[in-house]
Amino acid sequence: MSVVEEGRTYIGASVPRKEDATLLTGQGRFVENLTAPGMMHLAVVRSPFAHAEITEVDLSQVRAAKGVVAAYSGAELADEWAGPLPCAWPVTEDIKIPDHFPLASDRARYVGDGVAVVLAESRAAAKDAAELASISYEPLESVTDVALAARPGAPLVHESLDTNESYTWAMSAGEVDTVFGEADVVVKERYRQQRLVPNAIEPRGVLVEPVASTGELTLTSSTQVPHILRTTLSGVLGMPEAKLRVIAPDVGGGFGSKLDVYAEEALCLALARKLGRPVKWVEERSEAFLATIHGRDVLQEIELAATSEGKITGVRARLTASMGAYLQLATPGIPLLGAWLYGGCYEMEAYDFSCTGVFTNTTPTDAYRGAGRPESNYAIERTVDALAREVGKDPVDVRRLNFIKEFPATIVSGLEIDSGDFEGALDRGLELLDYEDFRREQAARRASGDPKQLGVGFSTYVEMCGLAPSRILGALRYGAGGWEAATVRILPTGTVQIMSGATPHGQSHATTFSQIVADELGVDVDSVEYFSGDTAVVPQGMDTYGSRSLAVGGIALHQAAGKIVDKARLIAAHQLEVSPDDFEYEGGRFTVKGTDRSMTVTETAFHAWTAHNLPDGMEPGLEGASVYDPPNFSWPGGCHIAVAEVDTETGDARVIRYIAVDDVGNVINPAVVAGQVHGGITQGVAQALYEEAVYDSEGNLVNGSLTGYLVPSAAEVPSYEVDHVVAASPTNPLGVKGVGETGTIASTPAVVNAVVDALAHLGVTEIEMPTSPERVWRAIEEAKR
Amino acid sequence: MKRIGLSVNGSPHELEVEPRELLVYVLRERLGMTGTHVGCDTSSCGACTVLVDGESVKSCTMLGVQAEGRSITTIEGLASNGELHPVQQAFHEQHGLQCGFCTPGFVLATVSLLEENSSPTEDQIREGLEGNLCRCTGYHNIVRAVQAAAGKELPA
Ligand code: FES
Ligand code: FES
Repeated sequence: MSVVEEGRTYIGASVPRKEDATLLTGQGRFVENLTAPGMMHLAVVRSPFAHAEITEVDLSQVRAAKGVVAAYSGAELADEWAGPLPCAWPVTEDIKIPDHFPLASDRARYVGDGVAVVLAESRAAAKDAAELASISYEPLESVTDVALAARPGAPLVHESLDTNESYTWAMSAGEVDTVFGEADVVVKERYRQQRLVPNAIEPRGVLVEPVASTGELTLTSSTQVPHILRTTLSGVLGMPEAKLRVIAPDVGGGFGSKLDVYAEEALCLALARKLGRPVKWVEERSEAFLATIHGRDVLQEIELAATSEGKITGVRARLTASMGAYLQLATPGIPLLGAWLYGGCYEMEAYDFSCTGVFTNTTPTDAYRGAGRPESNYAIERTVDALAREVGKDPVDVRRLNFIKEFPATIVSGLEIDSGDFEGALDRGLELLDYEDFRREQAARRASGDPKQLGVGFSTYVEMCGLAPSRILGALRYGAGGWEAATVRILPTGTVQIMSGATPHGQSHATTFSQIVADELGVDVDSVEYFSGDTAVVPQGMDTYGSRSLAVGGIALHQAAGKIVDKARLIAAHQLEVSPDDFEYEGGRFTVKGTDRSMTVTETAFHAWTAHNLPDGMEPGLEGASVYDPPNFSWPGGCHIAVAEVDTETGDARVIRYIAVDDVGNVINPAVVAGQVHGGITQGVAQALYEEAVYDSEGNLVNGSLTGYLVPSAAEVPSYEVDHVVAASPTNPLGVKGVGETGTIASTPAVVNAVVDALAHLGVTEIEMPTSPERVWRAIEEAKR
Repeated sequence: MKRIGLSVNGSPHELEVEPRELLVYVLRERLGMTGTHVGCDTSSCGACTVLVDGESVKSCTMLGVQAEGRSITTIEGLASNGELHPVQQAFHEQHGLQCGFCTPGFVLATVSLLEENSSPTEDQIREGLEGNLCRCTGYHNIVRAVQAAAGKELPA
């Protein structure tokens, strides 16, 4: 797919990635690869108990061990902190936010909670010495299951709060009771969004280098959010922001798990400051299972009111969401990112939503790819299938009957979808699938009693991303704005420097952003140099999450480049002694209308910097800066279709075909977009079929490693058929939408709907995620009874 | 400490290693070959894959002392004279990498896979790379890269 418009060279083309050369040859600068002279290695001693009083911390043996420089308990470091680790999203006025310090000093509240640290001359020495810590615990009653934690009388995660409930947030629109009272049918479903472990393949890592003479600290972290870290950690450490520089080097995937302010970052900073030597910490994978945030863990009850024809009239959704033991950066807000979307891409009159956040003795939850929206889309897309069963219609027809068709559309929950084409996406998906042919094959397999049955599942979706209009964030009590900052500069040589506050961790920012600026300025994409991820180089930014880089950061760059063109026009006019209005501008060249006299933007750069002959009063230089605050969210949507084959004898379910037809607006780099979709789908398929973090009754994470937690390999997933419909976003000048999370948001219900459909003739209507062979087999057996 | 001799990317090395030291740390910390990554502690992810006498091995499953007399190829040794190896080139052209953390392992596992079977089917590729995890690409373009490197016509 190539959709390069006339007058453009790069936007719409699959420009090969600039990022690849270093990464393909082993020259990536990941934190684990970095060293600093005199560096010490940090190891964290973690609680083996889900809930316990810490009665004594004896580190004498640790301190005596070979290679150890120092060791500290939580109490011994208490004076280092000017404040707790931040929660930036107090979603309600009366939300309960317990203090969360980098080390626990009196109580451990989940398995993995840090209780002491060791600094040693080598990684191995730090690890070995950590084993010698002698910590006395008085185990307390714990609760890891969110349903149990929400019950009165449950063990309290934070006794002083007197409840496990952190908050309840609710919204309502339309005549909900009337609509439900008058409905021909009401379908009611319950779903469990199991707990997931993000598992970016690069575990987290931190390196802090102090400059003792000035008190400056440089934090290099495997993070998505260097700017957020600088602002918040300077507060935690009680130091001026000016003395803290944060660098995100090459980062090996994030998916939300590196969108946080972590204890280990604060610890490395405090210890480097205290001891005047660099400190490094690299997470081990089994440690990551405990110490890096988890995703999902939400119970959902959803009701749809509808006519007997299947026309939806209202939706009610009730969520109970596990916060884990503490509120991390955005923990309470995550389920609410789906709060407006429980009606999906359908028209209806009434809407009711509430969510209660509940503490449990588990690793804190926070953003994991899709964050709140995979949950909402799962609930509505599974329930629409339930409605189709109830009214005896094809799930495709029920969707079609209910689609929002006119744009802009104010949805029942009150936000405005700027553009979309749900029906077009569905039609294209059905065509690619050959729906009638599929149903024939399915019927034939059923008729022959083949042990391997086929099912198809649909997910027609819309999501809101491109976080976010600052005003709306303010209304939601989020602690920051949603803008992005950009600077574009043309050097006298013609080299173009671009700086964005959005930093990459695999999404191809350098390539995509260069394409945008190269087309605006009419320069070669290779002459564009991209800078990001270092607060000393790019001081302003809101970082990368919520599919915001292109729809917010890309627009800021586009606007900054536009300012350069405006100034260049004045310089060119001055040089050619014509009026600025006499020019036509295309492909980086100002041409005097009706002549062949012209000057390029890069040529004006030479004049701008030599400044020998500029218009009176004009400052030298050629640079544009912009801070872009999006007026609306970004609204990707589309239709995903999964075909599953289920072995009715073993319970094994596999996705054998997968079709994704997405509207992500105009596409800058089709190959990059397809890559985002493929990766997103795979994480959604993983939730549907394979992944689940399981705690036992004692509060241990029983499958806390990659041998027990099933991250799918290439052998578990198929190749994907990816296509697009384009409803360009009228919200921004490039017409683009976010794409980083669409696959994950769309895919999970498509897959589970397909697995259920494969067994529909046996009477199966529901299988809890992940639909493991055991669960599938049980569902078949139960349906027989 | 034990003295071992091994060849890495064609250069001979002699060094003292601890008996418990894993090959991956010998490469990364002793020899500065940081292109070989560590993604897990259970031999599950394949980020640490290298070639030992031409065959792919997860270097976190092998002790440094076991590398005595062996010839190791890491990702740093694959390109020659500034030219990417055909497998690296195919990963680049097919967008087979995003964050790139898993990539050295996948590239070397692919070199070994194609050495054993120069014309694998899609299923053989997927099964052949089962020991390597990627969280970014969903494997679709990795499979295409392997097909391209094998000189296969790519499906649309
Ligand atoms: S680091 Fe060797 S397999 Fe994961
Ligand atoms: S490219 Fe990121 S893990 Fe494979």
